[in-house]
Amino acid sequence: MFDWIQFFADWLIFGVFNIAEESRLGISLSFFVYDTLKILLLLFVIVMVMGIVNAYFPVERLRDYLNRKKLYGFEYFFAALFGSITPFCSCSSVPLFIGFVQGGVPLGVTLSFLITSPLVNQIAVAMFLGFFGLKATLIYAVSGILLGTFGGWFLGKLKLEHLLTDWVKGILANAQEKAAYEEEKRTFIQRLPAITREAWDIVRGVLLYIIIGIGIGAAMYGYVPEDFFEQHLGQDKWWTVPLAVILAVPMYANVAAIVPVIQVFVAKGIPLGTAIAFMMATVGLSIPEGTLLKKVMTFKLLAIFFATITIFIIISGYVFNLIL
Amino acid sequence: MKTIKILGTGCAKCKSTHANVLKAIDEANIQAEVIKVEDITEIMTYNVMSTPALVVDEVVKIKGRVPDVSEIKDLLA
Repeated sequence: MFDWIQFFADWLIFGVFNIAEESRLGISLSFFVYDTLKILLLLFVIVMVMGIVNAYFPVERLRDYLNRKKLYGFEYFFAALFGSITPFCSCSSVPLFIGFVQGGVPLGVTLSFLITSPLVNQIAVAMFLGFFGLKATLIYAVSGILLGTFGGWFLGKLKLEHLLTDWVKGILANAQEKAAYEEEKRTFIQRLPAITREAWDIVRGVLLYIIIGIGIGAAMYGYVPEDFFEQHLGQDKWWTVPLAVILAVPMYANVAAIVPVIQVFVAKGIPLGTAIAFMMATVGLSIPEGTLLKKVMTFKLLAIFFATITIFIIISGYVFNLIL
Repeated sequence: MKTIKILGTGCAKCKSTHANVLKAIDEANIQAEVIKVEDITEIMTYNVMSTPALVVDEVVKIKGRVPDVSEIKDLLA
């Protein structure tokens, strides 16, 4: 499927820049061009598809769906599923949270959405697809949705409403006014330019991180000895999964840069499950998001929320390592 | 005179929305008061769930995306 990109990369490096085909530099550069172009293309396509999906399912509609329909326990799953298709921006997490609880969506269901929204996001999915292939991406996405489903369900069972901040409690007390929202009246063709532009903006925004990530990955590839990690951080060491998850928490902003580096770790012997757990913690648990959520959650609730996701991710890491 | 509010907690998208609004009123020669609303409590009174949002005379016109200059001009016309 991507042969033509490889062809182009080879032509550019060996033909145009005239770098010898057998040289180490030539091979590295050709890989670099190929990887970067492939990822950018995947990212653009995925962001476009998500943009089109979102034009038809705005969050307001998703909320009303979760609110009105009797879903017999499946509401957690649907909230997590919706979370995965909604593009995530940490600055929107508070408005989303308020909008959901204000509209009468239970706290646990809201949290299902809030867990999955950053966890399964378009950039992470595109990067995963490009570097680890379809199977690993599906495992990542499906387990992210399941994690959100059960995480939200578990937190819902804990009855944590009293740990919301007073501001949110005030909103809840005089909520229930049916929020009418204007349907978009523009046609698909009218919206397409905006969707395309947005997709392009997203791709441009992460371009630098991707190049840095691929660069670091390529440099590491040549210098880290084969099986280095397998010896030191292999599957027989039980503490690698928790360690990976904890190390990942402060890394939020650079998700696009992290996947190419992780790929090298995997190539050099880190189990794929540990790598997926690391990825999930990178995107799913972030300090900037935590500071924003302090507006709506007391410290105690925030700690319970983060601890639950951390533990769920660690468990998933062990499960992946067992089944993969 | 129109009152235009840009709702957003200060992320990059909110800044580009603000810039586009300024450009639009400048190009179309519209007299308008442009206010950036960054306080989350106030943002929530408009019932928006995704930012940035554009409010013209207290009516939410656009939410969750960055409108381009020509679209803003159409909204204000």
